[in-house]
Amino acid sequence: MSKKRTAKTGRRSPLATLALLTVGLATTGGAYALFTGTATAETTAVHQQLVDDGEKLFVANCATCHGMDLEGTETGPSLVGVGAASVDFQVGTGRMPLQQQGPQAEEKPVQFTEEQVQALAEYVASIAPGPEIPEEEYLTGKGDAAVGAEIFRINCAMCHNVAGAGGALTEGKYAPALTGTEAVHVYEAMLTGPQNMPVFNDANISPEDKANIITYLKYLEENPSPGGFDLGNLGPVAEGLFIWIFGLGAIVAITVWLTAKSN
Amino acid sequence: MTTTAPQAPATPVQSEPQLPPTRGQRFTGAAANYIDERTSISGLVKELGRKIFPDHWSFMLGEVALYSFVVILLSGTFLTFFFQASMAEVEYEGSYVPLKGIEMSVAYASSLDISFEVRGGMLMRQVHHWAALLFIASIGLHMLRVFFTGAFRKPREINWVVGFILFILAMGEGFTGYSLPDDLLSGNGLRIIDGMVKGFPVIGTWTSYLLFGGEFPGTDVVGRFYTLHILLLPAILLALIGVHLVLLVVNKHTQFAAPGATNDNVVGVPIMPVFAAKAGGFFFIVFGVLTLIASFFTINPIWNYGPYDPSPVSAGTQPDWYIGFADGALRLVPPGWEFVLFGYTVSMNILAPVAVLGLFIVVVMLYPFFEAWLTGDKREHHIADRPRNNPTRTAIGAAGVTFYAVLWAAASSDLIGTHFRLAIEHVIWGLQALLFIGPVVAFIVTKRVCIGLQKRDREIALHGFESGRIVRLPGGEYIEVHQQLDEYERWKLVAYNDYQPLMLRPNKKGRITLNQRARAVATRWFFEDRIAPVTQSELAAAHAHGDHHGELEGSNPSQGAISH
Amino acid sequence: MANDSDGITGGEAAGTAVEKAAPREVASGVGVVASDRIENPGFPPHRPRVTDEDPKKNYAAERTVSILFYLSIVGSIFAVAAYIAFPIVPGDPGSIRLNNALLGTGITLGLLGIGFGAVHWAKSIMDGHDLVESRHGTRGSDSTRAAAVEVFRLGNKESGFTRRSLLRNSLIGALVVTPIPAIALFRDLAPAEDPVGLLKHTLWDEGVRLARDPEGTPIRAADVTIGSAFHVIPEGLEDSEHPLEEKAKAAVLLMRLNPGDLNELPERADWSYDGIVAYSKICTHVGCPVALYEQQTHHLLCPCHQSQFDVANHAQVIFGPAKRPLPQLPIAVDEEGYLVAQSDFTEPVGPSFWERSL
Repeated sequence: MSKKRTAKTGRRSPLATLALLTVGLATTGGAYALFTGTATAETTAVHQQLVDDGEKLFVANCATCHGMDLEGTETGPSLVGVGAASVDFQVGTGRMPLQQQGPQAEEKPVQFTEEQVQALAEYVASIAPGPEIPEEEYLTGKGDAAVGAEIFRINCAMCHNVAGAGGALTEGKYAPALTGTEAVHVYEAMLTGPQNMPVFNDANISPEDKANIITYLKYLEENPSPGGFDLGNLGPVAEGLFIWIFGLGAIVAITVWLTAKSN
Repeated sequence: MTTTAPQAPATPVQSEPQLPPTRGQRFTGAAANYIDERTSISGLVKELGRKIFPDHWSFMLGEVALYSFVVILLSGTFLTFFFQASMAEVEYEGSYVPLKGIEMSVAYASSLDISFEVRGGMLMRQVHHWAALLFIASIGLHMLRVFFTGAFRKPREINWVVGFILFILAMGEGFTGYSLPDDLLSGNGLRIIDGMVKGFPVIGTWTSYLLFGGEFPGTDVVGRFYTLHILLLPAILLALIGVHLVLLVVNKHTQFAAPGATNDNVVGVPIMPVFAAKAGGFFFIVFGVLTLIASFFTINPIWNYGPYDPSPVSAGTQPDWYIGFADGALRLVPPGWEFVLFGYTVSMNILAPVAVLGLFIVVVMLYPFFEAWLTGDKREHHIADRPRNNPTRTAIGAAGVTFYAVLWAAASSDLIGTHFRLAIEHVIWGLQALLFIGPVVAFIVTKRVCIGLQKRDREIALHGFESGRIVRLPGGEYIEVHQQLDEYERWKLVAYNDYQPLMLRPNKKGRITLNQRARAVATRWFFEDRIAPVTQSELAAAHAHGDHHGELEGSNPSQGAISH
Repeated sequence: MANDSDGITGGEAAGTAVEKAAPREVASGVGVVASDRIENPGFPPHRPRVTDEDPKKNYAAERTVSILFYLSIVGSIFAVAAYIAFPIVPGDPGSIRLNNALLGTGITLGLLGIGFGAVHWAKSIMDGHDLVESRHGTRGSDSTRAAAVEVFRLGNKESGFTRRSLLRNSLIGALVVTPIPAIALFRDLAPAEDPVGLLKHTLWDEGVRLARDPEGTPIRAADVTIGSAFHVIPEGLEDSEHPLEEKAKAAVLLMRLNPGDLNELPERADWSYDGIVAYSKICTHVGCPVALYEQQTHHLLCPCHQSQFDVANHAQVIFGPAKRPLPQLPIAVDEEGYLVAQSDFTEPVGPSFWERSL
């Protein structure tokens, strides 16, 4: 567990990096305990340690935009009540810290270690309660894929495409492709509604149905299209381009050979 | 029909020793005799067996369409044995896990069964769909070839119209087929059709009601489209393909200008045996390529879309490529084009694109008649133009292709947005502007490029290629040696028809008719900056000039040849 | 000729010029026929192929062709073998992929072997000379045309088609009228009732609960947190006579905005509940489901033709081809805390139609 993934410096000062590294190293021991033994992890002392580490990370990396007290500023929204799930999603997929202003936060390489993300999440959740990081039992992909697929088509496919290939939104925003997204992040996204995605709370889509959706997405990932290469699941546009470029292209090349005089 | 061989006899006459016929020969002879005594087929064989077809790759495109159609018929027949065109509700019990237990129509369930339960069913479905895409794509390319080479001119105007109707019918076949699986994608496609039909003044609401057998989606439309798809439309298509081919035989194929190839002959290979082998072999090649694509590339994964349900929709909901231009036209309409007149709702956001598309289609269909009217040329034309030798027509074609391409691109505005990191609003605005600017730019650029190529052709025909070899003359002058063309190469550059603007003269009654004025304007626009083909005297002059001075300075060859 | 009377000329030769060797004089319009155009040089000398000159090459080509044909046989046999040896295993999509690929490869080989073999045969072994066939004008010869005219003349004379105008006109009249029953027969493609009334009503009515799509369970106002989007159907939809047709009109998207962000029309002030609004999901353009809701910008995007609606401003159109805002469903909360409709939509949902505003 003693991963020493150096955070990308980005726009932060070298001093911040140093502080970050120190914190990361200091956290390792506690985090190790947290992840291995549930009994010890529950102890308040360790928890408090995590929250403290999280606060330091927050001040160093997030407070510029979200404010020292999480109330938000002009450049970043308030994080009061967003919960651990939201932090885990935003930081755990690399969307936060934001690299540059744009239509929406992009997915990019994660900037913190798992323990640091955990600490940040605990800290934000300690300020005001919010959606928790989901239980492992919902993330296994052992649900009902058919139910999941139907709920996915009704609630998700209009933005993310029926096969999870993603799609366009207004003003340069887009719904990202879901292939390769970890189950925990899919669940957290539904729960918290990151950025422009609507919130699908447990009263809308129950935890069991969220697990079913994850089951369906895992099914798609584990079972490639029975018809052959799927051309990105982009629908008839990709198929049309394919037949014009490769289908008709090959046929025209053959007609040239066919009508050329033999030497 | 006279068939002669140029230069050398085509079939070397060999005096074969007279042998008694073998058993096989005796059987063939007897069988042929049996059939001919009952059908008189020998006349047909005599008439057609040695007909000549010119060889050029672009002349094979129509065959690609024909063969794709045969592949569609074969694979489609297989599919009909398993497909059930019913919209009755069933619970899916097949093997595809993410749909188990879901309520769906029988049509969708049977399409899934074809894909998942029937061995080779997936292959046939994919062959059928890929072949359909290739069918319409090859018709499109074939039409472009005919247009850009002027092969629609007399006596082939009617065959152009027949081919054009085939293109429209093919799109109808495509759309009805796209709707049959009754999945979410095709259902939303039908819903768009329903919305468009409802937008028609006076008859719209009732037309939609009759089409769907009640309110959308109803339980009838798949069955009705199935009848259209496998009976009515194919029957008309087949009949018109017959007409198209009969007219092809009657008119004989066009050919490109080549040494020995004139407006009065056809040079090429005979049906028996070379063309039959090539064309027959090509059928298997087209079939093989389609099967290869279908073996390895998914098309229309209906299992992803799920059964039709009016509530969901998938991002990236698009029609197949050939309906794309119509979908794109709908997308490009700016907001607010709808109003209420005397209590009736007039949906210009639907009528305007439909009118534009209708006009575009009619213009394409009637173009041969426009050009015939404009030139007043009543001669038969069997020599295909090189596109550059009719710059204005080629430019019109390029403008039309650009217009179509912009509409087509608009149908994937969302994918353009996500893949090129653009906002869809900007994509739409850009394409709206391009729809008007694009064709104009394409027209001007194409025309200039054609005239430039013509000028170069003329230069080369008169003076030959620059060989890059510099020679010093005895007088101290340096010249570059030009490599002259031989007469066969030159012929390809100079053999084209020349036209000039109409000069207005009063007719016998001493009047200038409106028709003549219109023709004068049209011909001026068409032909005013034409480049005339090199004449014998120009060639002689150039050679005399070249003999004296070499070609270093060039002698402004186009001077005097460009008529204004 | 037509052109002469038109009084046009396209240069010294036009109007009377004909292309060389044309059988009869045809107007060339504005076509120029230059008197000193370069003449067609005739056929170039024939270039024999290597297979014509070298018997070894010829034999090699023959062998290649026969190998291709044998390859085709192998391919076809392979296809049948693959059909048997790689069956579809129920529940294993990979087996379908394998069956598809192998069966297809075999058939492809079977087809391409014949195709390339036949073309190679034609190109390198069959006689390589170009042949010439002469063209004749497409029109029939004068005598043929005269005979055709005679046929019509006789037909007319013997039937009296033009002379007996009563017969002819009544026949034309009868022919025009006969298709009418065929058109009438298509009336029963649709039920008897008027579609316009149907288009103006949905399953929504006073007190009908808003239910989750597809489960059909009712929704409490408290369930709809800010930023949420619920896909909604009327409760009891599944028990209605035509669930799909009703769903096609009644599908609704339910969203909760911060009430401060909501800019409501004064006459619709009581149509929402504490920032919860319900709008028809059916696009007013051509009827795609509009459900791409952005919870921060409050934009709704239609994925089919990119119409955009601003939920914060009573779903008015802000981009794209649609004209009208999405119809709003007036909602309230019943005594058990569930969301209910106050009434049906107050205007027809979905795409425009001719009689919509009547």
